[in-house]
Parts: sequence; C-alpha cells; structure tokens
Amino acid sequence: MEEVGLKRLTGDALDRYFGTLLDRFQIWAPVCIPAGGRYQGQDAVQYKPVSNWRDIVWDRRSDYSSREAILPITQTLYTFTGDDYREVKPKQAKDLLILARSCDIHAIRHLDEIFLQNGGYEDSFYRRVRDKVHFALMECTHEFDGCFCVSLGTNDTDDYAMRLAFDDEGIFFEAKDPSLDCADATPSDRAFSNPTENELKVEFPEFRSIEEVNELKSHPMWDEYNSRCISCGACTIVCSTCTCFETRDIVYSLNHHVGERRRTASSCMVAGFDAVAGSKGIRLEAKDRYRYKIMHKIYAHDARFHTGPMCVGCNRCSAHCPQLISYPATINKVSQALREIREQEVGYGE
Amino acid sequence: MASNVVTPKAHRLVSILPQTETEWTFRVEHHGPVNHGQFMQLSLPRVGECPISISGFTDDTVDFTIRRVGHVTDELFNLKPGDDLFLRGTYGNGWPYQEIKDKNLVIIAGGTGVSPVKSMINALHDADGDKQVYLILGFKDDHAILFRDDLEKWRANPRFHCIYCLDHMSAEGFHEGMVTAFLDQVPFAEFGDDYACVVVGPPVMMRFAGLGLLRQGVPEEKIWMSFERKMSCAVGKCGHCRIDETYVCLDGPVFNYTKAKQLID
Repeated sequence: MEEVGLKRLTGDALDRYFGTLLDRFQIWAPVCIPAGGRYQGQDAVQYKPVSNWRDIVWDRRSDYSSREAILPITQTLYTFTGDDYREVKPKQAKDLLILARSCDIHAIRHLDEIFLQNGGYEDSFYRRVRDKVHFALMECTHEFDGCFCVSLGTNDTDDYAMRLAFDDEGIFFEAKDPSLDCADATPSDRAFSNPTENELKVEFPEFRSIEEVNELKSHPMWDEYNSRCISCGACTIVCSTCTCFETRDIVYSLNHHVGERRRTASSCMVAGFDAVAGSKGIRLEAKDRYRYKIMHKIYAHDARFHTGPMCVGCNRCSAHCPQLISYPATINKVSQALREIREQEVGYGE
Repeated sequence: MASNVVTPKAHRLVSILPQTETEWTFRVEHHGPVNHGQFMQLSLPRVGECPISISGFTDDTVDFTIRRVGHVTDELFNLKPGDDLFLRGTYGNGWPYQEIKDKNLVIIAGGTGVSPVKSMINALHDADGDKQVYLILGFKDDHAILFRDDLEKWRANPRFHCIYCLDHMSAEGFHEGMVTAFLDQVPFAEFGDDYACVVVGPPVMMRFAGLGLLRQGVPEEKIWMSFERKMSCAVGKCGHCRIDETYVCLDGPVFNYTKAKQLID
C-alpha cells in the first residue's frame, strides 16, 4: 500500500470528531483500571467502552486483549422466570468501533473459526455482536516487551475501517471508510508504521503426523511445569484467541425461581475443565493441562482449520503469568523435543 | 433472526422408571429423528445443563437413564411426571447402525455405558436377523444392575449370547469379573470377516477392552467406541470435549478404533 501522510486532529477538533464517532459507535479501547492489576496498587489496562479519547491508554500493550469487546468474560445468555428460558436481547444498538492492535485484529479470525464455523453451527450471541464490529487499527509506536507478532505475520493488517496513531496532543489517522473522515483534520507528513521486526523470534514447530504429536505428549519436557504452573488460568483469560467457556445458571438471592444462564470464560488450565460424569477429569496434573493448552495453540487448531497457530504473538500470557512461565520459551522447548524424537526415530531405523 | 442453536426447549416428562436406587430412566416427550448412540443437552432452570445419552426412543419419546452424579442430575430426581424439562439436540453421530446391523456383533458395555447401546440392542433384538449377537455387559455390583427387564429379554433371544458380569461379586445370572475377562468366550474365528465390535463404558474399561479385542486378533477397523465428555455446548464452541483437532460433540461421540486410539487428551 502506498504510504500517504496521516491526517492530524488535536484538542477541541478531536473532541468534536470523537463526539461524532460516539453518535454512531460504542467505542472500545484500552483504558486504565486503577488498582485493577494483579498486585496491590498495580493498575491494569483493559478494553472498555470509552467516551473521551484522553482516557485511551495507547503507549503500552493492554494487559487484556480486545476480544472482551466481542466475547465478554461473563455474559448473560438467558433469563428464566418460573420455568422458561428467554434469550436476552442485545442492549447495544450501535455498531462497535474497536481500537485494536494488528495482532488483536488477527485474533478475531480464530474466534470466528470457533463461533461461526466449527461444526457448521453458528453461535447467535457471537454473531449478533460480530456483525456490528468495525476496527480502528492502533499503531504500535514501538514493540512491547516480549512481542513476537512478526514471527506469525500478525504485525500488520488491512482489516480496518480506519487506522490511527496517538501522541499526547491527539491523533494521526487515515480513514479507509470515507464516512469516518473528518473535514477539520489537517495534513501531516507522519506515516503509519507498525513493527517489522521483533527482538524475540519464535519458530513454531511443524508436526508431520499425529503419532509424532502423541509421542511429544509423553516427552519429559513437560515435567518441570508440574512444579512451576499453578493452574490459575491467568494466561488464558488474557489470551487474544482463547474461546473456551462454561455455561452456568445462577439464581437471584431474593427469588430462587428467577435467575439467568451465563456464559463465562473458562480455562483448560484449571482443574475440572475436563471433568466427565462422576469423575475428576482426565488431565489431573498441571503439566498435562499446560501441555494440552500449548498443543492446542501450536498444533490442534491449525490441524482442524488449517489457518496457522491459534496465537497472534502478543505474549500477554507470559506477561500475565504469576509464575513467570514463558510461552515462547516453551515453544522453543517443543521444537527441541521434536528434534530429539525425530533423531531417535532415525536412529532406530538404521 | 436465525434460530439460536443453544436455546433449550421445554419438553414434558412422561414417566420415571427407576432402574436402581441411584439410576432412573426419565421418559420425555420428543418428536424428531434419533440415531442409536446420540445424546442431548438437558437443562433445568436454576440448575444448569449437561449432556445425557439417549438410552431408548420411540417416535414420540426419548429416554435418559441418569445416575445421580452431579448438580443437574441430583435435581432431576426431584421431578414428577408432567413436569417440564428442557432439551436441545440431538447431537453426535451415534453408532454406525446401518453399517453393522447385518453383521455378527460383539457389544461390550460397562455400567451406565449400557445406556448409549440399549436402544441399538433392542433394535437388533426386534429385527429378523440371522447373525449372532454377543453381549458382554458389566456392572459394579448387584445394586448397580441396569435394565433388568431388558437383560432378561435379551437372554431369551436364541441369537443373543449374553455374558453379564459384576466387578467384584457374583449373583444369579451374573458372573464375577470385569468385561475384559470374558472376551475369549467370543468365537471370533467363526465370524470370518463378518462382524463388528462395539465398546462403551468408563475410559479405563474402554481402553482395556480395546486392547483385549486386539489381543483376540480383532482388526482395529472392526472396533467402535463411544466417548464421553462433559461438554458445555455440544456445538463445538465451549472447548470442553476437544481432543487435539477432534471435537467429541461434533466428530463423535462414536469413533472407529483407528481414530479412537489416537485420541489422547
């Protein structure tokens, strides 16, 4: 694409422009949640609907991904009064404009594969939000700690209605959708640029057969995670591409006949996720659960949909892990273990 | 708006048929096609939703044989005929009945695993076939025996060879031992190539029954197994039943052994 100078909007003109956007859209962007972080006094950056562009946190990676705009951590699907389930109607009539990084926009593809394609079933609750989504691509002014989007080709995208870069005074932007343009904007010579190289490079292994995959599952490389991983699910709740959920009915405390059916984000890292009737489950150790998650990301999703790893290289999982487990380092260990397995097989053949 | 695939619909409970103290069959009004071995998602408002195998069906009803093992199932035991419960489905592929019904069959099931094969066994019982049916059905003890009337009905069928067993005790009509201990009583050699095996039960039992059949010389492609996972959606979204690229709800629950042996979760 030919690089043209972005348009400039600041101060009152940007306030007015943002106002016109708010007339049309619910705008989702990363904002600061004071003391909302993992540790006392630490803030969190999470996607929320915003009404003022000054609230947008643009100079760091959000702790949580933009998927929450489409797939909330908890949502009510049905209410029941007496003895019937009634589908909850969407509260939001406006379209959504989501200010997302390139990696997060790529992640939506994987959510679509699960919620719109898998098994030929379309999820209505997802569909009704998804149809309203427009993306505003946010520039990554610099690469954030541990990003490896370039390794996955998710460092840039054309899937946006507009793209923009922030500084302290306002925005530089380009409207691909002409209806998002602004007559008050002034020209600038600033170009839009996303990282084209990361310090961290991750090589995703390519598996040749299910036999190889299954052999890898019993490799001793997973053993260390029994003592390291605490099965808290922090990695999956911040992941841009994780989709698993629980469905639960809850009752309102004053009237036990009235309540709602909720869908809540779940995690294969948490014990009990794989429960079967009358038993604790199948992956009883932390290492088994961690291995299951990793293999979903780097093998299983691609084996089903043929669209590459279920990962966009944001590395929020590692940044959020209370045990400092590195996901990219794990992938490198998988690659090494796979080499060992293949070398052994060659050895047996001789 | 297109219909919502996860909306449960009210269905009338027709009757309750206790099998054991803890396992009852709930007969529910239902109109629509069902395959042997399929399951449905069963909901009770306030309590939740879970997948349950269909243990029998007619044009107007489906049966669910349910053991009290959890939140949803406990609450089911408080229902009375005439009450509503909520269903969606049917889900899953079910047994390859058309493919195997005219072959000699070896059906190995343990405990509540008898539920997902019961309707198929009854269909075989009612059919005018000339092939042999070997039933090896195991239960934990004499309190856990399910479908006693059906078991006796099948025993009276001259084409049926019934080996019923209890894990750690014997009783009248029931041997002592695991189902795997009786595989050598099946005359596989007499079947030639014309047979199939069906296995369903707890994961450990299925694993050893599969290995036991292989030891008897049964080729992998003649063995069919039904998997159970507590899926939350049954339509390939919630992720609970995924094993690598396979979703038990969408691609199963019945798998040929050539596939089942690779499903390591």
